[in-house]
Amino acid sequence: MATDLQTAHQIDDTGIDLDDQTLLEMYWQMVRARRLDERVWILHRQGKIAFHISGIGHEGVQVGAAYAMRRGHDYASLYYRDLAFSLSLGLTPLDFMLAVFGKAGEPTSGSRQMPSHWSSRKLGMLSSSSPVATQVPQAAGAALACKLRGDDRVVIVTLGEGSTSEGDFYEGLNWAGVHQLPLVCLVQNNIYAISVPVHLQMAVPNVADRAPMFGIAGAIVDGNDVLASYCVMREAVERARSGQGATLVEAKTYRPVPHSSDDDDRTYRSRDEVEEWKKRDAILRFQVYLRERGLLDDDAIAEIEERVRQEVDEAHAAAEAAPYPPPEDTLFPVFAPDDRV
Amino acid sequence: MPEITLIEALRQAMDEEMERDERVFITGEDVGRRGGVFRATQGLYDKYGPDRVIDSPLAELSIVAIGIGAAMVGMRPICEIQFADYIFPAFNQIVNEAALIYYRTGGDWNVPMVIRAPYGGGIGGGLYHSQSVEAFFAHRPGLKIVVPSNPYDAKGLLKSAVRDPNPVMVFEPKKGYRLIKGEVPPGEYTVPIGPAAVTREGTDVTVYAYGMMHYYVLQAAEMVAQRDGISCQVVDLRTLVPLDTKTVLESFKKTGKALIVYEDNRFLGYGAEIAALLSDEAFEYMDGPIRRLTGPDRPGVPFAHTMQDFYMPNPDTIADAIRDLAAY
Repeated sequence: MATDLQTAHQIDDTGIDLDDQTLLEMYWQMVRARRLDERVWILHRQGKIAFHISGIGHEGVQVGAAYAMRRGHDYASLYYRDLAFSLSLGLTPLDFMLAVFGKAGEPTSGSRQMPSHWSSRKLGMLSSSSPVATQVPQAAGAALACKLRGDDRVVIVTLGEGSTSEGDFYEGLNWAGVHQLPLVCLVQNNIYAISVPVHLQMAVPNVADRAPMFGIAGAIVDGNDVLASYCVMREAVERARSGQGATLVEAKTYRPVPHSSDDDDRTYRSRDEVEEWKKRDAILRFQVYLRERGLLDDDAIAEIEERVRQEVDEAHAAAEAAPYPPPEDTLFPVFAPDDRV
Repeated sequence: MPEITLIEALRQAMDEEMERDERVFITGEDVGRRGGVFRATQGLYDKYGPDRVIDSPLAELSIVAIGIGAAMVGMRPICEIQFADYIFPAFNQIVNEAALIYYRTGGDWNVPMVIRAPYGGGIGGGLYHSQSVEAFFAHRPGLKIVVPSNPYDAKGLLKSAVRDPNPVMVFEPKKGYRLIKGEVPPGEYTVPIGPAAVTREGTDVTVYAYGMMHYYVLQAAEMVAQRDGISCQVVDLRTLVPLDTKTVLESFKKTGKALIVYEDNRFLGYGAEIAALLSDEAFEYMDGPIRRLTGPDRPGVPFAHTMQDFYMPNPDTIADAIRDLAAY
């Protein structure tokens, strides 16, 4: 891949049907997620928060995927890197900051879960946990429900390539194949499961190569290209919605930061490798593309950055000032009341 | 009132709930055309079709996970695990997912699903078709657990389980599927999840049991009444979680002596919690040691009938334990 973004934008916009305003909104979503994420890294280094697991580097595929859904209608079952995805579905920076600080009123789990364990019934986000890939067969179950009811909802489930070694992944996609479920399984392949490189995780070159064993469609996309990601995901979503079954989409991407705030990636990969990938950054590439289309210039970029900075500042300040949950919130019931529908 | 077997009662419950609520569907291994290896779902495939009685792949993790996902978005799945011994591939999905989703989302999502599994020995099933697994799941907050001991309760509890907004595990005494018969009224009724049942009133010894062991305990209680003049208070726990502590404690206070019978192995079995409850909250009523009669601490019921018989508590060994405690 060429790395000189000055001479070519390196975005594949073939077949893109998005208007200018939506393209700019997608750029804003990516920048917003990035700046929020960067702020949380700083808060961790300042000792203000306990833990962060980052989505930096994955914003392209996530925003592309979210915009390929019918947001608010389709279901999404997301994994811990999906900050940009979650924001694109309607989670707010304040929601995320409350989780990061472990504060009262955090909407996804009441600060019972670690941050980045997404959930929102009203936004159609199923609840996610820490044991990886458990969401895949659950998402297949949600897709089965959609199919049995005959509604036109699609379920999008995401995970990292490391998680595809779990049995849950195979069992879930096996159901998707047998029952032709309206499911899109999006694997964000950043080539490391914490420290373990992909060649020690699987013997096939691509995650998507496994699609035929489930009898479902497979697709590979450059996850650092937001529009190519959108295009492939839109095709998969429409395939699912029209009753033609599931797709295993593999987005090739990279995590230019450590796995989490407790990780040190210098112990398992070279700085040269990281720097090389940073040149293919999804935001940078999209920015060059939008400049070429005449949708962005220096002033517009600065204006977006300023708007995002304000929103991040406000979320940060509000979350920091918010109270902690009362200790007795520990005793929240484990059972829904009998009259719960 | 017609007398039916325990498995017919379970089948009636599923049939009626599927008739009543179109969100209810069944999945599991061989539940469709075959009607289940124990025939619990016999006839339901023909009546409701392949979209509501779904033969699953042979993969227990996904049988449960499919149920979780479907339940979250509004269905009412009944997931059958063919033998309780095979539930462990789904352990993570049950104890880390189904059990936690209501709590971990602050009540935003809930998981209204049923997991049915035949459990227990005495049927020549060997190490992997005879296990009692309830203690593993009872330990984890977030799972309701019922174990019926007779057709009336089996039907009523399963119907309640289907209507419950939470994950409910129904462990069914497979030895009793056709052995245990009882009267079941035609038409609609439910048995609430929670209350235990006092199934025999007595004054000398209180015996606690559930499932197949309760069936044997009633026989043993009759034996000791006839031959030894010992009066047993018998409690059928029926629901293991949430436990009816009131009935458990009140029944103990009548006699001051407790025998807890369960066919699972002894160490950290469900009865240990009953013993702890009694010593905590009814210490001043104690008139003897709190005793347990259980399977031995071996990891399953052996196949050869000699060893199987050795493993399983039965009416005679239960009667002996009652006599021993009564004489204390």
